[in-house]
Amino acid sequence: MAKKPRDMAGRILEEAREIHARIIQGRKPSMKFPLRSLQNVRYRPNPGYFELKGKKKERTLTVGTVKTFAQTLRMLSLSKELVDGDDIATKREAYYVSKNWGQARFDDQPESDTVIDDIEALFMVNREQLGFIPEEKGGEVAGKLTVIDKDRETGKALRIDCTRFGSGAYSIPISVEHLEFETDARFILAIETAGMFQRLVKHAYWKVAQCILISMGGVPTRACRRFVRRLADEKKIPVYVFVDCDPYGIGNIYRTLKVGSGNAAHINEYFCVPQATYLGITPDDIEDYKLPTHPLKDVDIKRASDAMKNDPFILHFKAWQKAFDKLLGMGVRAEQQALAKWGLNYVIDTYLPEKLKHPERFLP
Amino acid sequence: MGARQSGKGKGGGKAGGRVGGAKAPGGKGKPPQLGLFGGEAPAGKGGGARKKPRRARGPAASGEAPALEELQSPLPMVQQEQVRTPAADVGSEPADAEPAARGKRGKRVKSVAESMAARQREISVSEFFTKNRHLLGFDNPAKALLTAVKEAVDNSLDACEEAKILPEIEVGIEQLGETRFRVRVVDNGPGIVRGQIPKVFGKLLYGSKFHRLKQSRGQQGIGISAAAMYGQLTTGKPAVIISRTGAGRPAHRFEVKIDTRKNNPEWTEAVCDWEREHGTSVELELDAVYRGGRRSVDQYVEQTAIANPHMRITYRNPKGEERAFERLTTELPREATEIKPHPQGVELGVLMTMLKDTRGRDLRGALMRDFSRVSERVALMICEAAGLAPSTRPRSLKTEQLEALHRAMGQVKVMNPPTSCVVPIGEELIRKGMEQGVQADFFTSVTRDPAVYRGNPFQVEVGLAWGGQLPSEELCNLIRFANRVPLQYQQSDCAITRAVMETDWRHYRVQQSRGALPSGPLVILVHLASVWVPFTSESKEAVARYPEIVHEIKLGLQICGRRLSQHLSARRREAEEGRKRSYIETYIPHIGLALKELLKLSERQERDVVDTLTDTLRRSRAAV
Repeated sequence: MAKKPRDMAGRILEEAREIHARIIQGRKPSMKFPLRSLQNVRYRPNPGYFELKGKKKERTLTVGTVKTFAQTLRMLSLSKELVDGDDIATKREAYYVSKNWGQARFDDQPESDTVIDDIEALFMVNREQLGFIPEEKGGEVAGKLTVIDKDRETGKALRIDCTRFGSGAYSIPISVEHLEFETDARFILAIETAGMFQRLVKHAYWKVAQCILISMGGVPTRACRRFVRRLADEKKIPVYVFVDCDPYGIGNIYRTLKVGSGNAAHINEYFCVPQATYLGITPDDIEDYKLPTHPLKDVDIKRASDAMKNDPFILHFKAWQKAFDKLLGMGVRAEQQALAKWGLNYVIDTYLPEKLKHPERFLP
Repeated sequence: MGARQSGKGKGGGKAGGRVGGAKAPGGKGKPPQLGLFGGEAPAGKGGGARKKPRRARGPAASGEAPALEELQSPLPMVQQEQVRTPAADVGSEPADAEPAARGKRGKRVKSVAESMAARQREISVSEFFTKNRHLLGFDNPAKALLTAVKEAVDNSLDACEEAKILPEIEVGIEQLGETRFRVRVVDNGPGIVRGQIPKVFGKLLYGSKFHRLKQSRGQQGIGISAAAMYGQLTTGKPAVIISRTGAGRPAHRFEVKIDTRKNNPEWTEAVCDWEREHGTSVELELDAVYRGGRRSVDQYVEQTAIANPHMRITYRNPKGEERAFERLTTELPREATEIKPHPQGVELGVLMTMLKDTRGRDLRGALMRDFSRVSERVALMICEAAGLAPSTRPRSLKTEQLEALHRAMGQVKVMNPPTSCVVPIGEELIRKGMEQGVQADFFTSVTRDPAVYRGNPFQVEVGLAWGGQLPSEELCNLIRFANRVPLQYQQSDCAITRAVMETDWRHYRVQQSRGALPSGPLVILVHLASVWVPFTSESKEAVARYPEIVHEIKLGLQICGRRLSQHLSARRREAEEGRKRSYIETYIPHIGLALKELLKLSERQERDVVDTLTDTLRRSRAAV
């Protein structure tokens, strides 16, 4: 990771000392967190990701905040313990550890997750650096790629050939910083649904198209984003994204992959894929391919209009505003699988080849 | 002829004479026995008040010294049998009408109207109420018990107050059989004059309070006699009354029954010994059911004690449990003054009667004399608005003219009636009464200024109790009073309930679902005092929804609501304060612990952190 791998334990200690000093002086200690929301990010076109605008919230210890403050400090202490012992804890495990804290325990995992996210932002690091790992699956890979990992016991290089998983796939691990890659693929195709991924794997589409297939399974996890980013950076290959044509597919899945999220703005720089472009399904495709549709739900409409108002990424690209306008105008959405209307393998035989002839027409 | 007078009760000679002519249901087939009773009526020279005692069924007034009895009622008791049947009455009537109904050819053709006429006859009030007992509050056995007690206690209280005696009342209910009860209510009131007793207890619509506009509990003169009638109908037993009017006078024991068809009393009487110097004891036997809880006699007594803090009452329920409610004040309520009707509140029918009976020589004089707040100027304005000459003779007015006059009286602006005639319980006494009867920790009350609906003065009082032992998950307990009488039935039809529901209690931090009573540990008391409480029915269970009344009640509720809200927010602040204080104590040790773990602090250093931080936070809170 690019950010100085400065001694994490030392930084935690530093923060703790500062708090301790203020308390002993009879002053109220405080912690400063960057505000983690879309309101506090701007889109930086070059190289292309959400960066923090720098708004911070200061959490001063008062009667109202004393509980969260105590929980944050205890979580910090847990983190230091993990870092010192070179151990890890999933967010769920951290939540269960807190059950040992008497009155300061968390009643629900979302509460403890928020505190972990706060600490992460406080130090502007990735939670893995603090010893906390997510439960989530990283995503799946198949196709023209060899991943070079290390054997846990011997430390020897392990070569994983992603063409040799048959009808299965390689799972992206939670931490990807140590991986190396070998590939002769022409592009990476990131796919929203596991169903579409299965179809392309089954018919060995990667062989025909000389590509790497990645299943994101909804909004891509940080590990998945980082994996795609490193792979694309190092091997200089383009990334094409294939998702449903609805505000969620575009505004959440594609946008998060490409420029990151508001919540993780402090680390978007590393967890985004600025070179990604949008293959489909586009609002134009709905007309061009006469796809069957469903009407937009209320939440879809709300999501789209919110994005047009508040999402710095959408606001930056005229093309996306036009696309959203069109989608809202049509009042419908179309799923990837809608292509099956023209035959199950229409997507392999016709749709993808046709689209891939003109990557320059992909949406930004 | 004399027999007919017996049908008309109290009027004695005068009334009897007038009715005697055409339509009296007496008719021909009457049994001779009636003559005995009827014949004696005129003999009652004491203005109709004295009637000959009769002995109905049942035992004679027990073993009193015959000598004394003779002294008091020189005439011996006379056996009286009731054998008249309705058929005998009716059969005679069509005969009178017969000639008119004959056809041209002299052939006897009975028309429909005739055969209907054969079935048409006068209905006595008593008979009417026998068939409509629900109108008087006797619709079910549990309610019957309550109504009987209530009517007796109401009468006692009215009598005591009128005589300026601090009421001392005993209520006892004794269970005689599964559904047979004996109710006994004893008071220390002025007693009832001997001659009046049969009529008070044995005749419906006989009373002193109907014709006047003065705040009192009873109004129509139905209550106690209806209770006696109910008892008689369900058990066959007479009402037993003992009354004494003063220390030097003898006590009389009466057994009274009602002839329900004629609305007339039948009775036996005897002189007896009685320990009270003055007062009245009423004893009724009736078919009933006793139960506790809401709408019970128990509750009635409790609530009556709240609304009548000058009363002392002891109550013995059928289980033999005795409770005493001591008086909270030795001051009698200010005496309610009687007022004349106000032009805006008078009904057309009443107006007609008033003008017929007026002593005013002309219309102007009659208006000024018989109505409240009518000056000469106002009288002239009314006359002018009605298009009538002020000098018109009141008795000569025709129906259309009376209607015009009635309209005019509603239109002309007249000063509100005097309000001194309504007597509230008083803010402080309401609060004290609630404090005695309700286990709560916040009490407040308000007595509004008197107001007027349709020319009738009224005054609203509201009391409110919150918290303590009151159940917090239920709808509030609403206690309604009209002229100090608890209203326990028909809550949903009552203007008071309406006003409580229409008040937005969420304003005052009290939960309330839409269109419902508020809920929480809450007791709301509303008292409506008026010279004429507009009840929705004769059983006097709900107040009619006059907008002026609902409005006044709401204003009272709002005042109490605001005070409650202040109380609640103060309590909430205290609780919040406590919660925050305990917050500091709960979580600061965790900060100490975390820092100790992180920085490898010593125990002493950890304590330092906790103490200093606790101190810092306390100080900053104090500064705020």
